[in-house]
Order: sequence, then C-alpha cells, then structure tokens
Amino acid sequence: MQQRTDAVEAAFELRGYKPAEFINEFEHLAEEKWLPENGARVIARAWTDAAFKQKLLTNGREAVYELGLTMPIHHRHLVALENTPTCHNVICCTLCSCTAFSIIGLPPDWYKELEYRARIVRESRTVLKEMGLDLPSDVEIRVWDTTADTRYMVIPERPAHTLGWTEQQLVDIVSKDAMIGVARI
Amino acid sequence: MDGMHDLGGRQGFGRVRYELNAQVFHEPWEMRANALYSLAVKLGLFNMDEYRHAIERMEPRHYLTASYYERSLTSLATLCVEKGVFTLHELERGSGGSFPLALSSVGGRTNVSGRDHFNIAEKVRVRSDYVPGHVRMPAYIRGKCGVVVGVSPLYPFADAHAHGVQSDDEPTYDVRFQSQDLWSNDSDSALIHVSVFESYLERATG
Repeated sequence: MQQRTDAVEAAFELRGYKPAEFINEFEHLAEEKWLPENGARVIARAWTDAAFKQKLLTNGREAVYELGLTMPIHHRHLVALENTPTCHNVICCTLCSCTAFSIIGLPPDWYKELEYRARIVRESRTVLKEMGLDLPSDVEIRVWDTTADTRYMVIPERPAHTLGWTEQQLVDIVSKDAMIGVARI
Repeated sequence: MDGMHDLGGRQGFGRVRYELNAQVFHEPWEMRANALYSLAVKLGLFNMDEYRHAIERMEPRHYLTASYYERSLTSLATLCVEKGVFTLHELERGSGGSFPLALSSVGGRTNVSGRDHFNIAEKVRVRSDYVPGHVRMPAYIRGKCGVVVGVSPLYPFADAHAHGVQSDDEPTYDVRFQSQDLWSNDSDSALIHVSVFESYLERATG
C-alpha cells in the first residue's frame, strides 16, 4: 500500500499539486487541531453554563464556533445528544465512517471497522456491553446513524462527584469514546 | 446501491475489536492516503459524494478485505483515472505492481418529483426505492415507518451529487425508528435514528 500511495503522491507532484506540502499541513491538523479536547471543552462548558448548553442543543454549529472551533464545509449541521439517567445515545456510520472529527477527533479504528458498522444498530445493547458499557435495562438506547451532512456528538452525563470542579478539571475527564457514546464517565 | 458497504443490520460479524484510546492511523501511508484524497477534494477534482460512491463500487471481495485506508486510496485513484487526471498505467508504473480500481459507475438520479415537506413529530415512510447508483438510504430503513425528530439545513442531494447530475439541495430529516419495526423479532430494543433526504420520504397515513 505504501508503494501505491507513493505512486499517487508522485502523480500529484508531477502535476504541480504540491502533495508533500499538503500532507504536512494535514498531519498538523490531524495531530494538533482535530483533538477530542475540543469536544471536551464544549462538554465542560455545557455542564457549567445552562445558556451555552441550550445553544448547543439548539444550534450546535453556532455554539462550537463560539468557543473558537471550526467544522469542515460538508459538516453543515451539528446535533448534540444529551445523555440522562434513563437515556443513552451512541453514534455510528453504518455506510462508511462519518464523525464530527474537527470537534471529537478523527474516528478510531474500531469505529470504521465492519463489526461496529454492521452490529451497533441492530445489537446496540449487546455491542455496548461487549465494549465494556453494561447499561441497566431501564436505560433506553438511542442510536444515531450518520448518513448525511449532519454530524452528532454525545453530551455525557456529568458525574455527581465533580460538583465544584473547575472547567479544566472537567475537560480532562471527557474522552472521545464518551462523545461517541460507547463509554460513560 | 445495494452493495457490501451497506452493513447496518448484517449478521455474522464477530466482536468489535475495541480498545481504549484506539489509534486513528497505524502506518504513515494511511495518513498520507487520507491527506491526498482531502487535497483532491480541496482542489475540486471530485466531491465527497463521488468519493464515497467510488468506495462503494469497489469489487465486493476487494471492498470487504481492503483496510479502511486502502479503500480511501482506491477511491482516490479510481476517480482521478476516470476524470483523466492521470492514467492507471502511470500508477502501476509508479507503484511497481497492479493497482486495482473500483468498478465503473452507473448513472445517478435527481430529486424525486412531488416531494413533501415534513415537520417534527410527523409520521413518515421511507419510499421503497431501489437505487442502482449512490444513495444515502441504508437498506434497513427501506419501506419502514418512523417519526421526524429533527430537520436539517439544505444539503446537496447525494444521489445526484455523486454522479454530476443537476439537482436542488434538500433538507434531511432525522427520523426515529423503533428497532422492532426494522427487525421485528430479532434485534436489541432501541430507538434508531437516520438522517434521511426528503426525496426518500413520503407521508405515512394512519
């Protein structure tokens, strides 16, 4: 695969598309900009600021831009999904691998693999349990299949013991997996 | 297109290979492949719908056995060859071996005529449409009824946009389905939500 990638890169180079330059730029975005800490900041703010949470639930894209975050042009709408003691949300992309990657980070390997894509919609409770999230039977599961330009993120439940924590302390406990909805905090 | 990629609800797969803090990329070429198709989109060589569809029309055995980033690279190379950016010969010479591409595309379609507009809480049915080209309707909702819980802004209509066909932008609706309405007696109980283009929906009566 490395040789095939080299061949495409060389063909781009030959046509003046400057692929090496773009690869560097992309690597920088992937490793230093599209981080789950972005989403964690959004969640921590939503936990501590009711007006912000309302905005996030109503117009997610506007809310994250308010925190200085951006989304690619084809992520035209951001819907935040709030977990409660009786409702658990989980996101997926059965047709490919879509995520709000500029906010929650690029999708991890297992999210893009066949097993998760095939099974999470039909065996949601079983799959989550296999992944270590054993939900009580009275918790309703809501699965969100990303099939258009809308992107989703889960607002995890705030743990009770974090009362009085600073926003930064809260940011530190929000993981990518919790914003996908395969983990709770 | 009822291809391999339409995985939602398929049976026979094993456990999710999950680990904490899982990697996004495992090898340097994967990140480069991702960057190169992003560059091609940025340059306007093709759009994201064409990119998705070129992955979908990979030869079925190839689709299922290729790694995620091999599919990205295959789509990128296929579209560039089809659009005359470079030739397969150039790629095979450059890679020193064979470079399998996706199979050719059939035509797309424009918006369905006589589309209805829907509101939150309305009951809708997904049309029983069989679309040979690109479509963003997973087969598990085809013909099924659900309730609108969200309305999106207007998006380019994927079935047209993936094939260079003229179309109007459409809203999509987040439609809520009961899992037992999708797989009557063989699924975990859950609410399943899908973003469904307006053209895929009709008003459900009763």
